Amino acid sequence: MTLKTLWHRLGSPRWFYQISRPWIYVLGILALVLLVTGTVWGLVFAPMDYQQHDSFRIMYVHVPAAMVAQSAYIVMGFAGVLLLVWRMKLADMVLATVVPFGMSMTVFALVTGAVWGKPTWGAWWVWDARTTSMLVLLFLYFGLYALRQAIARPEAAARACAVLAVVGMINIPIIKYSVNFALTLHQKASFTLTEAPSMPPEMWLPLALNVLGVYCLFGANLLSRLRLEILRRERGTQWVRDLVLSGSA
Amino acid sequence: MHPKRRNRLFSVLFLFAGAGISVAFVLVALNENINLFYPPDKVVGGGAPVDTQIRAGGMVLEGSIARVGEALDVQFVLTDYQGSQFPVIYSGILPDLFGEGQGVLVQGRLGADGLFRAHQVLAKHDENYMPPELADLKGLKNE
Amino acid sequence: MSFDSFADFIAMGGHGFYVWFSYGASMLVVVANVVVVRRSRLRYIRELTDMARRQRNAEAVSHS
Repeated sequence: MTLKTLWHRLGSPRWFYQISRPWIYVLGILALVLLVTGTVWGLVFAPMDYQQHDSFRIMYVHVPAAMVAQSAYIVMGFAGVLLLVWRMKLADMVLATVVPFGMSMTVFALVTGAVWGKPTWGAWWVWDARTTSMLVLLFLYFGLYALRQAIARPEAAARACAVLAVVGMINIPIIKYSVNFALTLHQKASFTLTEAPSMPPEMWLPLALNVLGVYCLFGANLLSRLRLEILRRERGTQWVRDLVLSGSA
Repeated sequence: MHPKRRNRLFSVLFLFAGAGISVAFVLVALNENINLFYPPDKVVGGGAPVDTQIRAGGMVLEGSIARVGEALDVQFVLTDYQGSQFPVIYSGILPDLFGEGQGVLVQGRLGADGLFRAHQVLAKHDENYMPPELADLKGLKNE
Repeated sequence: MSFDSFADFIAMGGHGFYVWFSYGASMLVVVANVVVVRRSRLRYIRELTDMARRQRNAEAVSHS
């Protein structure tokens, strides 16, 4: 299939509904295997840190959640552009369905950050650049959720959410570079694409597994939420009726 | 690309750039105006207000950590390794990352006697994680 | 294995609460995200199936 036909087919929710089903299983099983391995490894077998001792194990759940919370927002930002410029139906569905997952991951990252911060920094919460910009991310998710509820006309709601999603993208580089600002308690990135990790393999490998696992989970979760959203929006159509009557929905 | 779509793409980019530039200005302004903490030379040299809530920071001087009186009272000296240093007294549980040579922030009041009474001690950490055995080999302290 | 005994493992060097709270919460978030979608999907498909069946029966009646 050429790129151009793929592009046109993405405009068809029905086509997407049909091809996406096996991917949920592939990604879901991958997520389960990666997350279980990474978590058990990190919790039981990885050595403790020489300064933080065992509380450093919180990293194995905190970092993947914080990463996927930002990536989920980036996905919404791009979906926002696709919706505003190309009016793609699927883009608005993505915009609507990523919100609950991203919101839950942001809340989780903030809560585990507090629980990690108390024993290591000495405070549950500090108003520094990284924590504050993550809080802004949470409020952006809240905003996107509330905006959709507040506007009755679906088309107007879609556009308003897309605009907010695109404007909110500004927060992403701020979160990323906030740890390089003059004063912050938060350590720098544990993982970057360009540099070797600053810890030995037996410490970063479980983290890598959990990061990959949580991205697979995001993929599987997004697809299953999208399929439900497609059924909701196309419920009056013949193909949905045939699908549910044949029992293969 | 369809001209209508191109126009819409430009408006989206314009919106994003406009919002981005305004946020950047706000951040630059904030970064210049916020006095995040008083370094040791300000605290010693009278640059920090006495008997008001302030935040001060510095490195914990080696060999200066001492327990005083009750179990949780601890006294230590914060220094910038450039001749300025001041004593801090704190009562409470110290964070894991607190230790000799570590950068810390203290929140509390500076007394007229030059003693800083902290009600909160915050420790900073870098991104270098290490197993204890490796840290021993590298000669890093491991409490 | 970086722990000497099961009690050490639970204690996490005195940080048991912080570590176990975080891992417990992570389980909760992952499971909740999966279960919520699954349940609402099953419920919605049941609703759709009922609706489609009723419609089909109504059509069958009007044709006869």
